Order: sequence, then structure tokens, then C-alpha cells
Amino acid sequence: MSELFEHFNFAVVIVLMMVGLYVVFASNNMIKKLVGLSVFQTSVFLLYISMSNVDGGQPPIIAEEDLHVAEGGGHDAVADGVAEGAHQAAEVLYSNPLPHVLILTAIVVGVATLAIGLALVVRIREVYGTIEEDEIDALDYEINLEGAAE
Amino acid sequence: MSNIPPTLILDMGLMAMLVVVAFSVVRLRSLFAIVMLQGVYSLLSAAWFVSLDAVDVAFTEAAVGAGISTVLMLGAMLLTEREAKPVALQKQLGSFFIVTVTGLALFYAIGDMPAFGDAHSAANAYVGSDYIAATKADIILPNVVTAVLASYRGYDTFGETVVIFMAGLGILLLLGLNGNAGKWRAQPKGQNVSGSAARNEGGKS
Amino acid sequence: MSPHVILRVVSKLLIPLIALFALYVQFHGDFGPGGGFQAGVIFASAIILYALIFGLDEAKRAVPPSWVRLGMTLGVLIYGGTGVATWALGGEFLNYTVFAPESTHAAGQHWGIFAVELGVLFTVTSAMVAIFYAFGSRAPELTDEDW
Repeated sequence: MSELFEHFNFAVVIVLMMVGLYVVFASNNMIKKLVGLSVFQTSVFLLYISMSNVDGGQPPIIAEEDLHVAEGGGHDAVADGVAEGAHQAAEVLYSNPLPHVLILTAIVVGVATLAIGLALVVRIREVYGTIEEDEIDALDYEINLEGAAE
Repeated sequence: MSNIPPTLILDMGLMAMLVVVAFSVVRLRSLFAIVMLQGVYSLLSAAWFVSLDAVDVAFTEAAVGAGISTVLMLGAMLLTEREAKPVALQKQLGSFFIVTVTGLALFYAIGDMPAFGDAHSAANAYVGSDYIAATKADIILPNVVTAVLASYRGYDTFGETVVIFMAGLGILLLLGLNGNAGKWRAQPKGQNVSGSAARNEGGKS
Repeated sequence: MSPHVILRVVSKLLIPLIALFALYVQFHGDFGPGGGFQAGVIFASAIILYALIFGLDEAKRAVPPSWVRLGMTLGVLIYGGTGVATWALGGEFLNYTVFAPESTHAAGQHWGIFAVELGVLFTVTSAMVAIFYAFGSRAPELTDEDW
């Protein structure tokens, strides 16, 4: 039971992912499919960022004192020694920055593909007159039948 | 249970709202409501990202997901339909079955995942923590995410910029910067596929 | 009095502030959350807000489509150009240290990151505005009584 409590975040995120995936599978309307895809993508991002969280950590923005301890190493050995001692006592924890970088790229690429998908839906609407998938399949089938009969 | 952190209540509230919004997207058929709800979903997940200490990601998700993405979907919705038609029950049940099986498989995999917030998990221990130490020595910038994005992983960010460029390029090819591209008449196997754009133009652009 | 007077007055106050905020986010991406992508999207929303309130034709006079087309490519060129510049100065592709090799506080890295984030800003802003122009200029077939 404590295992479920430790992994509660992941369980909720998996439920959200499956809801998004259900919308993608079970809608005929193309815009609703794209919305479901967007919900699914955002839930995947939540999964990755949940994995990068560190207990007692801060956002990965290095505080001022922490930044200059490493930089001014060679100059003032005495003063730095004192500063180092103070810092050894309180090691600052940061959240893992690597998944943040990956998800930042993923968000922007996601909106790029969403925009292209929407442009394709607009063109499909103009050519077929509908954006419901089953109606488009039926229209294509009729067109193919007429073409094959010639 | 004596040391419940106060942010846990915030997290639980956000998770509950996210689940409610996701289930509403399933049930609704008005496309305007669905698009607005996906904007709300993005905003709530941006709030949860802040709670998970991912501030850069929250900023980007709020701006891109809740902002631009909603505007583009509304623009596309204006050019297409306002309502989704009902779906056959067979398709709904089939999708529900597939999604349940996938969900159960993922739940089975939860047992192998690291505990939430573990600083020494495989994801957090190796390269991730090395980047923070390396940024202090090599790049000397406070924001580690910008340092990794622009310097350590600069080549990937170059690819990402090209992807955005290609998305813009693709949409200019499909729709045209002044809305006048792509108005040709489609003729598969000698049949004219009619559409009002093809009707209006009457020929290749 | 036009019913949109409040919108016009408020947006005339807000749109310059939004653009300024976008520039703030861009240049403070090194010190806090921010950077090229967020700034580009915020700047694009300032332009989109102008188009929503004053009309698409007014917006196309303020930010012409030719600028938008140029901006998309200019951003990618700036990013790639930074890499080529590091090549020319003797380092590997996108190794920014060669911009200031004898600096003790990594000035070369700072200049390199500044340049690539600028490229990202141009591309993201122009791409988002181009996509909005493309969707907004396509004439809708259905009339507004369908709403």
C-alpha cells in the first residue's frame, strides 16, 4: 500500500494518458482526435517531469552564492575556505534539469505538429466537405468504385 | 501520516481537476467546449509543473499549450465544423477495451519505477546531476536549463528550431500566407473531388 | 460610440507592455525561467492580440507577411551562422568557448547562448504569426449564424 502512495503521481498520470488515448481512438471527428492527442502528449510530459522531481529540491536555477563558490576558486583561498565550510553544512539540492530540457523541446515540437495537423484538417474539409472519419472513408470508397468501374 | 507536506493538498486538488477535465473532453461533443477544455488542461498541468519545481517547462506549457495552441485550434475550428457527430457503440467499446489493456500493462510496470522524489534514482543520479556541477564550472549561468538547452544540447535545439521552421513552411504550402494556396481541383482516377475551394477557383492555382 | 472602445483603448495600453515583457523573458532566460521559445510565443501573442482587436488587415499592415516570411528563415540562419562562426574561429560546430578563449568567467559561452536564443526568438515569433495569418486569411465557408 505504501508502494501505491509512493507512486501515486504515476498512477494518476497513467489514467490521464489512457483517457487521452481513448479520445484519439474513439472519435471520428478529426479535431476531437487532435485534442485527444494533445491531452495525451501533455500527460506524457507530466510523467517525465514527475520522474525528475527531487524531494527537498529547488527548481534548477543555481542560487547566487552557490554559483560563485565554484568560479572564484583560485583567488582568495582563505575567504573561500570559510565560505566552503559554511556550504558543506547545507548542500543545496536541485531538481534534475535534464528532463526539463527534453520536455521543453517536446512541447514546442508538439505544437508544431498540431499546427500542421490542423492545416491538413482544414484542407480535408475543403476537399471532402466533412471532417468525420467514417464519412471520408465512405466517400473514398465510392470514388474508388466509380474509378474501378470505368 | 503525521508529516503531510502542505503542498500535497495542492497537488491532490490539481490532479483531481485534471482528471475531471480529461473525462469531460471524452463526453462532450461541442468542439468549442472541447478546445477550451484542452486549454484549461494545459493551464492546470502548467500549475502542476510549478508544483513539481519545473519552472521553465511550466512557462513554456502555459504560453504554448494554453495560449498559441488554443488560438490555432479555434482558427481551424472556425474553418471546419462546430460539433462532433455521435460515434457508434462498437467503436467506443473496442477503444475502451484496448485502452484498458494498455492501462493495466502500464500499471503493472509502475512497480519497477523509482519512488517519487528519489534523488538517487537512475533518472536523477548520473547525467542529470552532472549537468548542474558542470554548469557551475563551464558556463557560469544561473539557469541550468538554458545552459543545457543552448550549450550542452545546442545541436538538438538547432534541430528543434528547424522543426518549427518546417511547421511554418508546411502550413504556408498548405494554406498560404494570405490564405490562397492549395486551391486546386483534385482528380483521382478522373473523378472530380468537389469542395467549395475547388468550385470557386476552377483550376490549378 | 463603437462597442469595442474599451477593448481598443485597453489593448493599446497592453500590447506594448506584452512586447516588452517578451523581450524581458528573452534576455533574462539566463537568470531565471525564460529563453527564446517562451519569448517568441509571447511576442507572437502580442501581434495576434492586435489582429484580433483591430482586424487582420490592420495587423498585416503593422507586421507585413514578407517580414514574417523573412523572420522564419533569419532565425534558423542566425542559429546555424553561430555554428559556422565557431567553425571559422577554429572550434567545433557550436562550441562557443572559441568566441572568448581567454576569459575566466565563460564570456564566450554567454555570447554564444545570446546569439542562438536570438535566432530561436526570430523563428518562433515568425512561425507562430505566419500560422495565424494562414488560418485567419482563409475565408470560412459557414456564416456566423452557425455559432
